[in-house]
Amino acid sequence: MAKVFERTNGLTDKPFHYCPGCTHGVIHRLVAEVLEELDVLGETIGVAPVGCSVFAYDYFNCDMHEAAHGRAPAVATGIKRVHPDKVVFTYQGDGDLASIGAAEIIHAAARGEKITTIFVNNAIYGMTGGQMAPTTLEGQKATTSPYGRDVSHAGMPMRVSEMLATLDGAKFVERVSVHNAAAVRKTKKAIKKAFELQLSGEGFGIVEVLSTCPTNWGLTPVESLKWLEENMIPYYPLGNICTPEEVK
Amino acid sequence: MAKVLMKGNEAIGAAAIKAGCNYFFGYPITPQNELPEYMARELPNIGGIFLQAESEVAAINMVYGAAGAGARVMTSSSSPGIALKQEGISYIAGAELPCVIVNIVRGGPGLGGIQPAQSDYYQSTRGGGNGDYRHVVYAPATIQETVDLVMESFDVAEQYRMPVMVVGDGMIGQMMEPIEFKEPKKRPLEPKTWATDGTKGKRKPNIINSLFIDPQELEDHVLKLERKYDEIKEKEVRYENYNVEDADVVVVAYGTTSRIAKNAIAKCEEEGMKVGLIRPITLWPFPDKAFDEITDKTKGVLTVEMSTGQMIDDVKIALNGRKPVHFYGRTGGMVPTPDAIVDEIKKIAGGVK
Repeated sequence: MAKVFERTNGLTDKPFHYCPGCTHGVIHRLVAEVLEELDVLGETIGVAPVGCSVFAYDYFNCDMHEAAHGRAPAVATGIKRVHPDKVVFTYQGDGDLASIGAAEIIHAAARGEKITTIFVNNAIYGMTGGQMAPTTLEGQKATTSPYGRDVSHAGMPMRVSEMLATLDGAKFVERVSVHNAAAVRKTKKAIKKAFELQLSGEGFGIVEVLSTCPTNWGLTPVESLKWLEENMIPYYPLGNICTPEEVK
Repeated sequence: MAKVLMKGNEAIGAAAIKAGCNYFFGYPITPQNELPEYMARELPNIGGIFLQAESEVAAINMVYGAAGAGARVMTSSSSPGIALKQEGISYIAGAELPCVIVNIVRGGPGLGGIQPAQSDYYQSTRGGGNGDYRHVVYAPATIQETVDLVMESFDVAEQYRMPVMVVGDGMIGQMMEPIEFKEPKKRPLEPKTWATDGTKGKRKPNIINSLFIDPQELEDHVLKLERKYDEIKEKEVRYENYNVEDADVVVVAYGTTSRIAKNAIAKCEEEGMKVGLIRPITLWPFPDKAFDEITDKTKGVLTVEMSTGQMIDDVKIALNGRKPVHFYGRTGGMVPTPDAIVDEIKKIAGGVK
């Protein structure tokens, strides 16, 4: 009988620790499948963040480096400058990348570091228990915005991809989502393109993936997917923000 | 090889390159800028990489990445910048990676000043970063010794898989002295089989990490580090002792201050006094056994520092109450004069001829 589905070799056998309904697992698999399809697992070094995906180093079946909070792009820079012929990626959440690591991601993009960043945005700090993130939506409740994000007090949520796309070094910027099967397929395409552009030496690439946090949003997994679609996508519009001219 | 005249900061860069350091990540801060500038000029000529990071925090994390990837890598800064690097230094120590960090110390606290100081002794030896960790700290007193120790630091870092810090001060960084580059003694260096350079499908993934979520695993890891530190205390202590056994007063000083102390001791000797010197070359591990040479004859020990008294704690620990310990220091970028040290020595010596 023909095999129609196989577990990717891009992931180890270690069971994920993620909460039920969390979309990190889906995004991990997409990254792993892309690395396997591009046949670069043996040539790849991934950098894990601090946050829910801190244990990503146990899940990806390639060399991994666990960074300090927010510093993954700096660590990846060090690795890529030593091994310019290898594939280097960071996998970061919104607290890690948009808050404490804002300087590192901006300057990695500005330098045009030839790395790929998978930016998982679920509008909240998950690992520490649901605190407000720079990406938490206006009015959204979090443990440190218990009355809902008051933008006169905490400012408006950050649209990181649009900001990074203003930098000449950022060659590929796309925002995608995993709220339904069609979106998941688009996400995989974007991730693949970002890694292909790294392989052709284009420059910095980032894929922002809108993701859910049922546990800290206080919603069921299904409600979470709907909440993402109805609340996050209007503020964080999906689509490609920049791509090198020659591959458009 | 003929000696060359070089400024301290540039000599450090030249020594690092001679030792095979091909990667440098740094951020500008006075008084160490000639070092990154030297690396920016020279590393591209040998196929190496100099990269100016967006901050000291980023620079040390680039070092963390490059060290994990198997490179000989270095960063440098000065006091407030080293404070910012402590996060990365703790991670590098925890993940057991080799690298060399140079601190050309200036006065503090805060933005402090830009003149020579030794007020980062605690920061260097107590671990400014979090957790149970140590790293070797060298404190050279001449440019030649700086060059020798920088070259050896890369081997020491790789032998023990840990960060090594070389602490100078504005004087060491800015002064010119004739130097030559000498190969350090051969050390047993293992191939870097742990480096993240791609599995090539031939081995299990390598993981560079300092996270151990299970407390028992973390304790085991920390105790493993501790055994390494014990071995270093056994094998890597360095110091210079001068006339300690016969001294009425023993001065303890390191780096630039030890040179001034030597001038003070020479003046005392001209007056017929017997004054010894203990000069720690490794601030960690501290040369406790250098103090075993102090005899009953010695009336007291004088610690001289360009700080308000930081190394004095280690001097007291080493002496364990055997002798009174006195202190003289200038701080904030002020440098002690030989005469001021002579006066302090005389106060301790009392009527002794």
